[in-house]
Amino acid sequence: MVEAGAGIVGRGGEAAGRLFRSWFDGLTAAAEEGRGAAYVFVMGSVTELLRVFDFPIVFPEINSLQTAVRHVAHEYLNEAENYGYSPDICGYVKADVAVQLRRGAHPMGRIPKPALAVCTNACNTYIKWGEMWERMHGMPLFTLDVPGSRGAGVTSEPGSEDFERERRYVAGQLGELITLCERVSGRAFDVDRLREHLGHANAMQAAWRELIACNRSRPAVFNALSDGTIYLGVVNGFRGTAEGAAFFRDLLEELRYKVDHGIGTVTKEQWRLAFVGVPCYPIFRRFAELFTHWGGVFVNSTYLWFASGGAHVDFEYDLARPLESLAEGVLRTVRGAMDSMFFQAPALAEMIDPFGIDGVVFHPIKSCRTVSTGLADTRRALMELRDVPSLFIESDLMDRRVVSEAQLKNRADAFFEGLASRRAQPALAH
Amino acid sequence: MAHAAGVDVGSTQTKAVVLDEARRIVGRALTDTGANVMQAAERAFAEALRDADLREDQVEYIVGTGYGRYKVTFGNTQVTEISCHARGAVHMFPATRTVLDMGGQDTKAIRVSPTGEIVDFCMNDKCAAGTGRFLGAAAAALDLPLAELGPTALRGERPVKISTTCTVFAESEVLSWVGKGRKIEDILLGVHESIAARSLGLLRRVGITPDLTFTGGVTKNRAMVEVLSRRLGMELNVGEDSHYMGALGAALFATDRILAGRAPTAAGGTA
Repeated sequence: MVEAGAGIVGRGGEAAGRLFRSWFDGLTAAAEEGRGAAYVFVMGSVTELLRVFDFPIVFPEINSLQTAVRHVAHEYLNEAENYGYSPDICGYVKADVAVQLRRGAHPMGRIPKPALAVCTNACNTYIKWGEMWERMHGMPLFTLDVPGSRGAGVTSEPGSEDFERERRYVAGQLGELITLCERVSGRAFDVDRLREHLGHANAMQAAWRELIACNRSRPAVFNALSDGTIYLGVVNGFRGTAEGAAFFRDLLEELRYKVDHGIGTVTKEQWRLAFVGVPCYPIFRRFAELFTHWGGVFVNSTYLWFASGGAHVDFEYDLARPLESLAEGVLRTVRGAMDSMFFQAPALAEMIDPFGIDGVVFHPIKSCRTVSTGLADTRRALMELRDVPSLFIESDLMDRRVVSEAQLKNRADAFFEGLASRRAQPALAH
Repeated sequence: MAHAAGVDVGSTQTKAVVLDEARRIVGRALTDTGANVMQAAERAFAEALRDADLREDQVEYIVGTGYGRYKVTFGNTQVTEISCHARGAVHMFPATRTVLDMGGQDTKAIRVSPTGEIVDFCMNDKCAAGTGRFLGAAAAALDLPLAELGPTALRGERPVKISTTCTVFAESEVLSWVGKGRKIEDILLGVHESIAARSLGLLRRVGITPDLTFTGGVTKNRAMVEVLSRRLGMELNVGEDSHYMGALGAALFATDRILAGRAPTAAGGTA
């Protein structure tokens, strides 16, 4: 049993590394052969459909965060700023601008040029970013307009007339996208291949939901901030593929093993935390250590919700009617991703008890107004719903010039001191 | 009798407080932090010992706090100044529910429970506007000693509007008002109003509940106390030792550790 465990524990992280290298090797080969890629974003990537046309898949958001994790983001940001982009706009965009200016040169290989780009309205910057590629490369940008929630509680529910109307609206757009893909790729649409990719996506999304649920156990079996971000790379980059489905099947086996054997992700779990926002990639490991140093583990994160494109939403494609179901899936998951950024408080309140959360860390970032605006309101709303301590710290996802580690540490330390004091109070009363 | 000490190494000044077992202040000291943080901590502690007429071996437990807390190498453990200011404020003024600490480089608003537990806190981010350093910049621009800022501002009648949120740009804005012929008193009153406005923003984010206790080096500035009090519509708790509140809180935590008779752990924090 011990030997079996020794083979299981930790293999997910290694497998993710191998998959990532193979993905970027593939992109490098495509760039060298002059093959154009499909540029997509994490919220509404529709890669299940794009893979039918054999496009190499590029996630510029992932390319950009990789420059930060590999400590070279400042070079890319400076290049884009020297070119004329403002210091105040999204760091992801600027790092990608530099990648484009460098003809695809990236720390992990070479990124092919876009043959087309697909974005949704889940983030305003997506659209402006795509328009930038249109101007740079003269390729088509396809914008999927996904009707989102206009306010908590007024979302159309499946089975309602409103929902069906919205589904048809998305289906119509997907039909136009298929026509565009056929024209750009020179390949005919094949519904059986779509069905195959949807099947893999079903397996991955089901595993994703179960993976998150695994962290209800004590101790938590993965850190939603550090490990979770690695898993996110696979759930996006390999969405709808056999490799992706196999990865998550094996990962779930590993996590279940850890649950069964009480193997936690930190040596001594003291505090179970939820993370709201986007990670601080320029100091990715040290940022996590601000919390693990105190025995704090992020057991869940809104990032696992919206940055997975809403894979946490309880939805499964109906393979008997793939196109209709794809439209429904896009509608529900992208809306789920948007709600995870804009209407978080009720979902956060609901996970406090099942995940045994001691505190919530809010991390707004300078780069992204979409995900950061409203976090102060969310925090206040959550505090009205539940008596749960929270920490509000600000930095950035890309730009180390606005990451002040001393200040972050001071606030994190004070947060844990407060948690300890709070835990000690009932004990002192007895 | 067991004694405890707290050493607060701030960005501008380092403070040390020594307490007896009854939690009475028996010694205190204040020194400029300067470039050598470790030496400043040692100097402040040595001076506080002299003030208390004690030897080093008579102090059983020492807690370091402030940005330089990890440089208090002779200390037993570290606690953030956020916890220490809250602890000190509630000890000195038991009705405290909100703390405003204005130091050299940061300003903190802290909401505390009746038992002194931190409920929420908020600090200025990546910018020294609204802190003691902002006053220092104005003093430098006007070539006035820091101690004269408050009394001069109190003579102001028509405060100018300081719009910049940058401490460095504040100097040029102050000089531009001088160039326009405005009185130094009105310019300085405007500077105080500007800092108070920023502090109020932080306080509102955590919620303002009386009593409000004002701590940190800027408590020595009477104009700041008056402007804050007027804007808040309430009296502020300010005492002779408010400048030492962080060190006092640290010393109180040290006393707890002595009385609990146990060493702290990293994860144990202030428990």
